[in-house]
Amino acid sequence: MGANGKNGNGRSNGNGNGHGNGKNGLSERPKLAVWKFSSCDGCQLSLLDCEDELLAVAEKVEIAYFLEATRAQVKGPYDISLVEGSISTPEDGKRIRKIRRQSKVLITIGACATAGGIQALRNFGRLYDYITAVYARPDYIDALASSTPISEHVPVDFELRGCPINKHQLLEVLNAFLNHRRPNIPTYSQCVECKRHGTVCVMVAKGTPCLGPVTQAGCGNLCPSCDRGCYGCFGPKETPNTSSLATWFGWQGMSQRDIRHVFRSFNAGAEAFRRESESHE
Amino acid sequence: MVSRKGKTNGDAAAAAGAGTMERAVIDRDGLDALIAALQDDGYQVTGPAVRDGAIVPGRLATGADLPMGWTDSQSGGHYRLEQGDPDRMFDYVVGPQSWKASLYPAEQLLFTARRGEHGFTVDEPRIDAPRLAFFGVRPCDLAAIRTLDTVFEGGPFTDTRYQVRREGVFIVAVNCARSADTCFCASMGTGPKAAGGYDLALTEITAEGRTRFLIEAGSERARPILANLPQQPAGAKDVEAAETAVAKAAKAQTRAMVPEVEALLKRNLESPHWDQVGKRCLNCSNCTLVCPTCFCSTVEDRTSLDGHEAERRRRWDSCFTMDFSYVHGGSIRRESSSRYRQWMTHKLATWHDQFGMSGCVGCGRCIAWCPVGIDITEEARAIADSEGRK
Ligand code: SF4
Ligand code: SF4
Ligand code: SF4
Repeated sequence: MGANGKNGNGRSNGNGNGHGNGKNGLSERPKLAVWKFSSCDGCQLSLLDCEDELLAVAEKVEIAYFLEATRAQVKGPYDISLVEGSISTPEDGKRIRKIRRQSKVLITIGACATAGGIQALRNFGRLYDYITAVYARPDYIDALASSTPISEHVPVDFELRGCPINKHQLLEVLNAFLNHRRPNIPTYSQCVECKRHGTVCVMVAKGTPCLGPVTQAGCGNLCPSCDRGCYGCFGPKETPNTSSLATWFGWQGMSQRDIRHVFRSFNAGAEAFRRESESHE
Repeated sequence: MVSRKGKTNGDAAAAAGAGTMERAVIDRDGLDALIAALQDDGYQVTGPAVRDGAIVPGRLATGADLPMGWTDSQSGGHYRLEQGDPDRMFDYVVGPQSWKASLYPAEQLLFTARRGEHGFTVDEPRIDAPRLAFFGVRPCDLAAIRTLDTVFEGGPFTDTRYQVRREGVFIVAVNCARSADTCFCASMGTGPKAAGGYDLALTEITAEGRTRFLIEAGSERARPILANLPQQPAGAKDVEAAETAVAKAAKAQTRAMVPEVEALLKRNLESPHWDQVGKRCLNCSNCTLVCPTCFCSTVEDRTSLDGHEAERRRRWDSCFTMDFSYVHGGSIRRESSSRYRQWMTHKLATWHDQFGMSGCVGCGRCIAWCPVGIDITEEARAIADSEGRK
């Protein structure tokens, strides 16, 4: 399997989903492992949330390591590793290298693993300030100065976005890898989903600020269909024009501070959102 | 203009001046009776409804479901529903959805396939389209339906799914007595008065403080329906009131497409202006998806986990996505400017080469529903102005 390296947030290639060669050389009943790094477990829960479909998955793969679901552990190597969470401690950095060595295919899931997560907010400040503000004994804390996506540390075969990920997309990615095909995970805007669903645009019809035009679709149209603007959970879309949208927000009366903040949430560390927020410092 | 063979909704010209039953004046109870008559004939009646702060097509059970008293305010990147004259029925214009969604749904299952012992079998789902009556089709949208007819049925290949849905659609048009700031149908020659292609056309007229409707038949099958509505004969004054209302709407239009835009764009493919608009464009695809004539789609194949079943779905696509121009090795239109240029030149210039007509009907949706208010008429004008400066 060609672990063809970073499939980063700043990608602008229509083939951003590509994962090397077609036949991925997985075994008859591939071994699946699910790993956790710095994260809230929400993405792993999406896998558990698959319920019926999970049983179908469990028939096709051997769930070799998934602490959230079972204590049983099967030794590596693994055919597919799903990795949740960001790298935020020196220990994380060592562990991910070991997992990469043991995994034929490594798929990162969720905003933490693909962009550093909400904890990447610390990348904009000083770690020491946060630690001393939060912990009584800061000297017990061994953390890295920044929270970074897995792809900054090891080659990643596919990045599945979302905070949390969408279970249908997760099943689609597993399905695609098991059937040796390219996953159908679009990289276009959330607006495409709104329009296909017939959701009335909240920005145009109500003046609600919305990150949809710069955010990758994938959630299944959650917020705009509930009368809310998109929060950008799925990170920057292909060729995101954040500066034009930010300029428009400004014309609509949003302050520089608020513009900075809308780009600084779950995907604050994703290249396009990071750059945009920094230009409103 | 395509002729729809075997269809009864011919053009208004054919109806004009013929017989006695092509024109009358009805009140609000006449609208109720019309909706009821269509339902009795087996039509599912779809028309303007208020939902989530906009006028969108919805199911009409009675005339009381119509958004009476509403109007809209529209400009670049802006749409608001507002309270208007409480007695007026049609003082809003087009909203974010068009009839396209009914004729050519955003997602269609094309086929399913199942692996068997010897190869695989393919099943095509039957199209269970209800008989639809479109109630309240504005003249620009009527032109858009004509455009879709040309695209899907006018060439050597017919899109049968479109054909099945389109066949027999009963159209009740509404001429516009009010334009939004985004409308420019007058400059595109598509409105604000319908020039045929409908079964019935309504024009709202207010005379002596009373709101009434001039109703005109445009097809043979509409005549008996019209004949059975509670009505009064249409006098010369009513016809004149309708003409005046429509003329007022045309005059009120603040936007217009620059003349001879087809040639203008064709000789400006390398204009530096494309880069300027490219900087503002989000390539979010909204303009294409709200456009009543944009017809591009993509197909997606899915397999079941065990690989025994597969399906192919067709979905609306847009020339603003990277995937749209993806060929082996990468996407051809990588720059935002080249994607915007593709969209605008197709709508206004190369559509003529392809279909012998403009791809734009001047409905103004792409202006209002662009999240950053990019305006196709302004962009065309900017290119024309830049020529003057050379
Ligand atoms: S609600 Fe947001 S995501 Fe949806 S169309 Fe409007 S801007 Fe785009
Ligand atoms: S012109 Fe407007 S609606 Fe169209 S893709 Fe660009 S930003 Fe989106
Ligand atoms: S290009 Fe714009 S104005 Fe023209 S028909 Fe399409 S949405 Fe309407």
